Amino acid sequence: MTDQTQTVPIGTQDRVTLKLSGALSAWLLSAPLALILIFFLVLPIIMIVVVSFWGATEFSIYPAFQFDNYEFLLTSPVTYKVFLNTLKYAAVTWAVTLILGFTVAYFLAFHVRTLTWQVALFLLCTIPFWTSNIIRMISWIPFLGRNGIANSTLISMGAIDEPLEWLLYSDFSVILAFVHLYTLFMVVPIFNTMMRIDRSLIEAAYDNGATGFQTLTNVIIPLTKPGIMIGSIFVVTLVMGDFITVRFMSGSQKANVGRLISNDISLLQYPSACATAVVLLGTVLLVIAILLRFVDIRKEL
Amino acid sequence: METRPRSFYVLAFIFALFLVFLYGPTLTIAILSFQGPGGGLTFPMRGVSLHWFRDLFEQQAVGDIWGSFGRSLVLGLMVMVTTVVVSVMGGLAFRKRFAGSGVIFYLIIISLVIPSILISLGVGLIFSRAGLNVHWATSGFGSQLTWTLPFGLLIMFAVFNRFDKSYEEAARDQGASSWQTIRHVVLPIIAPMLIGVALFGFTLSYDEFARTLLTAGSYNTLPLEIFGMTTNVTTPVIFALGTLTTGFSLVIIAAFLVAVLIMNRRRARLGSDAGEGMV
Repeated sequence: MTDQTQTVPIGTQDRVTLKLSGALSAWLLSAPLALILIFFLVLPIIMIVVVSFWGATEFSIYPAFQFDNYEFLLTSPVTYKVFLNTLKYAAVTWAVTLILGFTVAYFLAFHVRTLTWQVALFLLCTIPFWTSNIIRMISWIPFLGRNGIANSTLISMGAIDEPLEWLLYSDFSVILAFVHLYTLFMVVPIFNTMMRIDRSLIEAAYDNGATGFQTLTNVIIPLTKPGIMIGSIFVVTLVMGDFITVRFMSGSQKANVGRLISNDISLLQYPSACATAVVLLGTVLLVIAILLRFVDIRKEL
Repeated sequence: METRPRSFYVLAFIFALFLVFLYGPTLTIAILSFQGPGGGLTFPMRGVSLHWFRDLFEQQAVGDIWGSFGRSLVLGLMVMVTTVVVSVMGGLAFRKRFAGSGVIFYLIIISLVIPSILISLGVGLIFSRAGLNVHWATSGFGSQLTWTLPFGLLIMFAVFNRFDKSYEEAARDQGASSWQTIRHVVLPIIAPMLIGVALFGFTLSYDEFARTLLTAGSYNTLPLEIFGMTTNVTTPVIFALGTLTTGFSLVIIAAFLVAVLIMNRRRARLGSDAGEGMV
């Protein structure tokens, strides 16, 4: 982002005006963006923090400054169980999407030889991302249900006598759906960084006698780290904030923090929902802050 | 051509499995949506018919599908246009560091990672406290922008970081004003990328559920309508709807891809020969 256009010498006075008009146009250009973010991002967050201290009756909420919501939240064993469950979903989904996403990106970037094929296969991976998440969740029912494809195949193969009950409406189906929905968020940034790796570095590794595996661990993985971090940020935050996949794929039998919030909302317990939301936001931002220590996002764009 | 290593075949197999995993379930419900009138949500197929699609077009007992589709379409277009315009403006602004650019950048990142339900909750609360009606075209529209704008801006940042500034300098040297430079030089160069931003804007809005949940008001958008159906509809009519809306998304993607192809072809045909005789 350097500007090297000034070849004609100009006076200090002119330079100040130029700089000011540059700043002014930058501000004007970013004004709509800033206004949208202030009104629909910053204010809502402030509102949530404020309301988290409010009180609630059965049918209304009233302004107050009390710690009841937090006290209830932080002393309830349910909260800790649910938070632990949320972290479990996030960790398992992260591990699976990372391995799967890395493998897919690695294949596309280093084993597919022509750019046309790389682009074509990459697009093929991204298309499902553009369609409705809820439809993609529903589409697991014919697979995993009691009379679904998985069970009837296993029975006809003689592997099991009775339908497996844990295929649908379980931790398994929740994580399966997460992997199905979010692996792409891992593939795209990792593929993107891999494509920017200078191929001569890999040649050099081979020339120096490195095996394929050594090249992978000593050259490719370290150079792909920024992409891995960006993908991780996506997957972890999406899973931690989710409420619909968990509700749908667990048949309302499992809970994570998002569901805790949406349950409170449906009971019109907004202050309590807001307190949970504040704790969730804190947790998510903490995770992001840790992940951002490993990568400078501005440099990766 | 050198022989491929064994790892190629292993990885190609994994990749193929991944594609089956991605597409398999959706294809399955596409097939199942052609169940006969007596068919259920799983195999076996009991006959083949268009019964459930007809159901979708005829009776309105399951809700206001076509109304919600229309709203999603209009909202998607509103979000698309706004995302493209605001992202380009933001992208242009961010080419220089200006006071406050750091703050805005981090707001964009937060906007991307904040759980959707928090936006929904917060915007809903603000509107109700201010005595405003939540409506898909106001609160719903704004909530969706907090999801589409970060994607649009990240694309614009990537585009402008790779942008060759000598084109602009050339324009300026020929006496073009800064608006002329943008209008006749910068925009045409980045146009194919803008189609990508538009595609993000439209489809992310069209499929968005969580950020619209508490901000759409009394009239549902299509994802909300589909979600409502999942809790009370137990016939393949929901698969038929899934097939139709997925098909619609695919048509939109195809249309955008064709637009990019045409644009690139025109550029190759009509592009100038600038620089070609120089080297």
